[in-house]
Amino acid sequence: MSEIPSELSVSLWRGAQQGRYESYTVPRRESQTVLDVVTFVQRHLDPTLSYRFACRVGVCGSCAMTVNGKPRWTCRTHVAKVADSGRLEIGPLENLPVIKDLTTDMEEFFQKWQRAKGVFAPSQTRHDAIAQIRPDRPARVAADAAIECINCGVCYAGCDTVRWNSAYLGPAALTRAWTLVNDERDSGNSERLQAVAADGGCHSCHSHQSCQELCPQTLNPTAAIAALKRRTTAAYLKGEIKA
Amino acid sequence: MNVRLYVWQRATAAVMAPLVLGHIAVIFYATRQGLSAADILARTRGSIVWAAYYGVFVAAASIHASIGVRNILSEWSPLTERRAGYLAILFGLLLALLGARAVAAVVLS
Repeated sequence: MSEIPSELSVSLWRGAQQGRYESYTVPRRESQTVLDVVTFVQRHLDPTLSYRFACRVGVCGSCAMTVNGKPRWTCRTHVAKVADSGRLEIGPLENLPVIKDLTTDMEEFFQKWQRAKGVFAPSQTRHDAIAQIRPDRPARVAADAAIECINCGVCYAGCDTVRWNSAYLGPAALTRAWTLVNDERDSGNSERLQAVAADGGCHSCHSHQSCQELCPQTLNPTAAIAALKRRTTAAYLKGEIKA
Repeated sequence: MNVRLYVWQRATAAVMAPLVLGHIAVIFYATRQGLSAADILARTRGSIVWAAYYGVFVAAASIHASIGVRNILSEWSPLTERRAGYLAILFGLLLALLGARAVAAVVLS
């Protein structure tokens, strides 16, 4: 790493929905992450810079931003990996309203989880025995689809369908729905399948696979959405749900 | 797009796939045999089979394309989903009308 330049030229989005990129010069360090760069600007160059982070280790899903045109989790993105030309352009996540600078309003993103019925609906009480589910059962394997999701919004920000269709539930909410569809302890599937089969649901997906490519957890929302399409189509043809 | 439109679009695509192959085979046959327009019309006029073949083709294409146009309009234009739906229905009816006219021209004597 002795050949790395001593400084990095960084453009950061300043303002709200309307705003502009402003340039900063940040010392280049070994093993530096994009979040380190933003933090340096906020602590040493401009304390009014707004951005969001919590854990700094890729668990909480708070720090996603647009880095050189792509949504990424900034705490686990090394500058060396993305700043090929020695420049960084960091903006707020796309497809979400900007509150200020690098922070976006995630309310719509999480409301769509609710609309997709992404909430566990228990079928038993605490007085019942704990459900015995073999780890190799197909439904249990399929339920892995969203278990490692950290709700960072990267897939949502990178999705063309969300950009074109504001009603579209998005990859994260639909993948969560698919996980619950396969959860044998859950009792909310008829409502859930109905919710994800409506306008703006899984059938709006164009299978561009940006979500799969960009997901920092290497999940595959496209596959989960395709599976939801098959499941809801079968339910519709059997008359279990209505259009 | 919802599950009902999705099923209709996939079902009409499934209907059209073999019809497209048959249509291409007919084109190859007609050109390689050097059939004139009069030769072709002699075969198609009064034929219930050709009327059914291309009648189904036109119906499937009209439904399939109008659902696709509805999607494009609702995603790429400022129209609301409802208005995009109305325009797409009009487009589908236009396709069906033009197609039925073409089928009638080759099967009615």
